[in-house]
Amino acid sequence: MTLWDRWRIPIMLAPTMSVIIFLFIGGLIYGTMVSLGWQPLIGRTEISLRAYQNILLSGEFTEVFWHGLVLTIWVSVGSTVISAVLALMTALLLRRTFVGKRLATFLYQLNLPVPHVVAAIGILFLFSQSGVLSRTGAQLGVISYPSDFPVLVRDRYGIGMMLSFIWKEVPFIGVIVLAVLQSLGVDYEDLARSLGANRWQRFRYVILPLVMPGVLSGSILVFAFTFGSYEVPAILGVRFPRTLTVTAVRFFRNPDLNARTEGMAISIIISIIVFFLVLGYMWLSRRAIRQD
Amino acid sequence: MAAVNAGIARPGQARKRLLRALHYGAVILLIFLLLTPLLAFLFNAFSFRWFYPQLFPNELSMRAWESTFAANSKVPEALLTSTILAVGVTLSSVIIGLPAARAMGLYAFRGKRVIEFLIISPTIVPGIAVAMGLNINFIRWGLSGNLLGVGLVHLVPVMPYVVLVLSGVFANYNPEFEQQARSLGAGTLATFWYVTLPAVFPGIVVASLFAYLISWSQYILTFLVGAGQVITMPVLLFSIASGTNNALTAAMSLVFVAPSILILILTARYLSGKSSAIGGFGQI
Repeated sequence: MTLWDRWRIPIMLAPTMSVIIFLFIGGLIYGTMVSLGWQPLIGRTEISLRAYQNILLSGEFTEVFWHGLVLTIWVSVGSTVISAVLALMTALLLRRTFVGKRLATFLYQLNLPVPHVVAAIGILFLFSQSGVLSRTGAQLGVISYPSDFPVLVRDRYGIGMMLSFIWKEVPFIGVIVLAVLQSLGVDYEDLARSLGANRWQRFRYVILPLVMPGVLSGSILVFAFTFGSYEVPAILGVRFPRTLTVTAVRFFRNPDLNARTEGMAISIIISIIVFFLVLGYMWLSRRAIRQD
Repeated sequence: MAAVNAGIARPGQARKRLLRALHYGAVILLIFLLLTPLLAFLFNAFSFRWFYPQLFPNELSMRAWESTFAANSKVPEALLTSTILAVGVTLSSVIIGLPAARAMGLYAFRGKRVIEFLIISPTIVPGIAVAMGLNINFIRWGLSGNLLGVGLVHLVPVMPYVVLVLSGVFANYNPEFEQQARSLGAGTLATFWYVTLPAVFPGIVVASLFAYLISWSQYILTFLVGAGQVITMPVLLFSIASGTNNALTAAMSLVFVAPSILILILTARYLSGKSSAIGGFGQI
């Protein structure tokens, strides 16, 4: 074994791992230190849990944090579940053979490269009180003034954010499901049909177990992304409650460098929550698939 | 046989026809719902004095487009900044990721699972904590507020997908061809250029597509590390997103999105069925 053979793999991995270790893990570690009050630039080197206490327990930011957490979980879990169900339904819809299938599939995927900033603006155009939907209502005589239209964007319940995420994520998970369905062919279903399985049984016992891993892995990415997303809640959210990311960035951008500590702490809490929820979800879903 | 069945085939046929009509209806509704937001951009971008409750603009105008590309507009510069950034991130991510992907795709080694986990972990940890953490160090190292620093941070969400896509290609790659080329007298560079590169080229196209798309659409990392000095298209768009000039916002959005859709269409044939790669769309 030559020296090159021994060191070949570490050397090949080195460039990528430097990005992961110095930028990704390094950023997280440094961020954690800042969240613990360590800011040598302004001469603070003592370590304390003050920021976490201010946020989680009995500080001035407790209310902002816990309401924000509820909103963030509501929006991200809601968007993920609705997107996954709609993605599954729409993928099955596009899977059947029909005239214009290629065009429909192309249009279905058209919004994949559209960034979330643009998605949020599109939702404003459609669902704001003077938007397209409100105008349609006025044309049909259902409402008379923009103010008659329900508040669906910049609303307290995160409906606008969810609409924006669902619009983006349905084709995203749908494309993953379509790729799985494509690789399956129709053999399994034909077999099930010849054994006397009806439409529902073929879906429940043949298709669903086969596409479920794809749906779950897509949902994990969607959940992690929506939980930590900034642009959509910043454009479509209200002053209270704000999602955790929006609060974190506000604190972090505060000219008062002390607020940085709290902003950083919220970001670290976001990372910890997402990381453990994803791990738990993966563990649970693997177990569920094995039992199915 | 047909004559015998004719009597009972009728209701079945009608049911089939109804199902087909329902299916078409559902597909059309789906495509309509997915396209309306995009159509709203088109209408807004060419609209002028589009008063409530007009459903369609009465006056069409190119005003928004004129101001988008006017001499005092920030759009051309932002487009240039975004392009330099995305191209730089794409090239460097492929160069950085190629050897790692080869190691992951071709060899079994101790600790491979840990390495794999570390490489994909940026996809499940929100970038906001990473960018905030780096922000302070980058200020000290002179990497805050410039393209180099922003590009470095963009590598974090980009690398997992580049390595994932390329290692998938290397998993089906036979390195013996390289040995054959060498035994025929090709040097290291010639072997890479004439043997390795053509074999993994489709993977490089897909990896580049995702690297470009993720960098091009990145807002919060640019905002936090760019410190208001690096004005990319998403940064510019975000700053006017909550304003009242819908026509301008729409025109700028279209200018911003058009290259991505074009590139996706051009590279679509390399993309089919690569389900591991598709995950990259989740980061856009």
